[in-house]
Amino acid sequence: MNEDIMIKIENVSYEYSSYIDESIQLAVKDLSLEVKRGEFLAVLGHNGSGKSTLAKMINGLILPSKGNVFVNGINTRDEERIWDIRSTAGMVFQNPDNQIVATIVEEDVAFGPENLGIPPAEIRKRVDDALEVVEMSEYKRHAPHLLSGGQKQRVAIAGILAMEPDCIIFDEPTAMLDPVGRQEVLDTVKKLNKEKNKTIILITHFMDEAVEADRILVLNEGESVMLGTPNDIFRKVDLLKSMGLDVPQVTELVYELNKEGYDFRDDILSVEELVDIL
Amino acid sequence: MLKDITIGQYFPGTSLIHKLDPRVKIAVTALFIASLFFISKFYPYIFIVLFIAAVIKTAKLPVKFILKGLRPLMFIILITFAINLFMTKGEVLFELGPLTVTKEGLRQSVFMALRLVFLITGTSLLTLTTSPIALTDGIERLLSPFKKIGLPAHELAMMMTIALRFIPTLLEETDKIMKAQMARGADFESGNIINRARNLVPLLVPLFINAFRRADDLATAMEARCYRGGDGRTRLNELSFKNMDYVVLTGMTAFFGILIATRYLG
Amino acid sequence: MIIEIKNLSYVYNPGTPFEKKALDDISLGIEEGEFIGLIGHTGSGKSTLVQHLNGLIKPTSGEIIIDGDSLSDKSTKLKNIRQKVGLVFQYPEHQLFEETIYKDIAFGPKNLGLSQEEVDERVRHAMDLVGLDFEELKDRSPFELSGGQKRRVAIAGVVAMKPKVLVLDEPTAGLDPKGRDDILDEIRTLYEKENITIILVSHSMEDIARLVNRIFVMHRGRLAMDGSPREIFGRSDELEGMGLGIPQITKFMKKFKASGHDVKDDVLTIEEAKVEILKYLRGKKDA
Repeated sequence: MNEDIMIKIENVSYEYSSYIDESIQLAVKDLSLEVKRGEFLAVLGHNGSGKSTLAKMINGLILPSKGNVFVNGINTRDEERIWDIRSTAGMVFQNPDNQIVATIVEEDVAFGPENLGIPPAEIRKRVDDALEVVEMSEYKRHAPHLLSGGQKQRVAIAGILAMEPDCIIFDEPTAMLDPVGRQEVLDTVKKLNKEKNKTIILITHFMDEAVEADRILVLNEGESVMLGTPNDIFRKVDLLKSMGLDVPQVTELVYELNKEGYDFRDDILSVEELVDIL
Repeated sequence: MLKDITIGQYFPGTSLIHKLDPRVKIAVTALFIASLFFISKFYPYIFIVLFIAAVIKTAKLPVKFILKGLRPLMFIILITFAINLFMTKGEVLFELGPLTVTKEGLRQSVFMALRLVFLITGTSLLTLTTSPIALTDGIERLLSPFKKIGLPAHELAMMMTIALRFIPTLLEETDKIMKAQMARGADFESGNIINRARNLVPLLVPLFINAFRRADDLATAMEARCYRGGDGRTRLNELSFKNMDYVVLTGMTAFFGILIATRYLG
Repeated sequence: MIIEIKNLSYVYNPGTPFEKKALDDISLGIEEGEFIGLIGHTGSGKSTLVQHLNGLIKPTSGEIIIDGDSLSDKSTKLKNIRQKVGLVFQYPEHQLFEETIYKDIAFGPKNLGLSQEEVDERVRHAMDLVGLDFEELKDRSPFELSGGQKRRVAIAGVVAMKPKVLVLDEPTAGLDPKGRDDILDEIRTLYEKENITIILVSHSMEDIARLVNRIFVMHRGRLAMDGSPREIFGRSDELEGMGLGIPQITKFMKKFKASGHDVKDDVLTIEEAKVEILKYLRGKKDA
């Protein structure tokens, strides 16, 4: 497999039986995607679009019904090597509380390396470094349940960083946070991509988070509907709205003005850009 | 507010006692408890008191905390005292209506009550000076030889750690659910026992569902972090005996050995 | 006035090392029929304030008068207060517990001691108000539904008590954009149809801007601002100082005006901005 490609998703489908009428439903339908090393990919979709299912197939928490997922060339179906996959493709989940295992922050961050059988001295170093990156070093010996949502998520991120993954998958990491917490987490995500060269896959339904990505994959009913840069994606205001998604208010304003006969650039995403073009 | 209560009431510190290996502290506590059951005279109690005082002083524990630990069990202590006072046969000292107080009864009740007090205080000393995680680690290490005969020592320790971690979170959840149901007119206070038990359904059902959901999420998160049981796991803080641990262990074994021996000697 | 608060203060854990003043001398009055937005950073006291309104928390000092009944009056029955002021907590779907949706929504009305017929009427009406099909859903288990649907059931459970004041704490938390729009539309409909006073606690300035007619801003336990949305969002520098933002569209109009263009900047929605910008552009063309 091409060295540049970190994750290869090949014609992947996921079936489950609906527990209302037991019919077979498809959460993900014949999806193919390649994620480049060091890329920041956002996966956008409304609740139920299949984005979480997709996320869990990337690190092998669930296996596709059809098709294959390769992480660094390893197939997630390979039972022997699933732990290699999970240590290189880490995952941060939505609920800040339900990821924290230990009663002290540094013990929780150490959980991953401990599972990998890393020697204690090395664990110590990784824990300290990881907490440094997420800016939570001063909370090293604190009890996690006293932290804010944003702080808990950063501890969870540190816990993944300590396993030294190449790629980190974020499954709606800010859905349960207040604005301050959301900003903390997003800043950390960007830092991990720009400064630490981690490949990032950010699952979200917030367009203002997707705006920061290199590419956006838009999912609807388990299918890939659009794949492109933020500028490409957000100009399709009608399509996004029809899928239950949002666009930044300024983008929508331009769209409305263009409906009145004007012809402004339709890839405006920020306040500054809009002020400039008018 | 509820989340500020630490279970077992660990009182953080950097004293010699705090720094001892938890296995040593568990062993010493076991010896302490054993000696309490062997001691049959009053005078060895003086040494027990000295021991407790020495630990409190060295660990810089506020006496308030120790007394707080006794308060909830005050009732049991008093019952023990009363039963022994009135039920022991022997040389009658005086009578209070239908109840008789004997000389042996007086001695016995004081002796038993003191034993209870020391028992409770001794265990408090352990939990005050040892963090829940250190305790769990200590228990896991002590139990690990029994893995050979099938005891899931690691799994038990992991269960304890996770339970400790989630107690404050679940208490918070209970509070939220109670308030939400009270806002809908639920009444958790009035009524007889049967009514009150029934009224707990709107609290317990959501709480259980919540707990199961958390457990499911947590299991997934642990798997994503490569958890696969205890084999091959290392620890950030490996427990290992230092010189002081050996010194204390030997010293305390001798100390409590002698106290136990007082039962048989003079 | 349906709600009157006089010099309300609340201290957590008084006399301990964990003592914290959550509410500091708050006074305000709410008239029947208002649609209030309550904003403030996390920890500013919003939740604490809101839990005083239905007597879940008792003030450390000060007075609260709900529909003429003072909460400090011993004769005031809390059950009545809780009927008058309905409180929907964050993630209300976490309080669902009954076997069927009907029974769960009926929980509140039953606790009020209403007759079977009255309870039935209340459940039907409440489900209709939140957009749930009565016949299809009444016997289903609430746990079979999606997150957004469950939330509607939980809200219906409070609405069924026919409160005079409905307080919603972050009703859109955790929902995707469509889910959010749907719930807010339902709240709007509720407000218009039922003539109810609504207090909406939210972090989303955009949501607040398009729905409410009055905003309370909390900061560090105090009531920092009280005014109409246009007034409040006009004070963007002060809001920023308190760690709060303003709707993106308002921010844009301010910036645009600040860079020398002749437009009104007290805009709250995209529609209003569109009108202003069109006016500006057509004016520019004619000039």
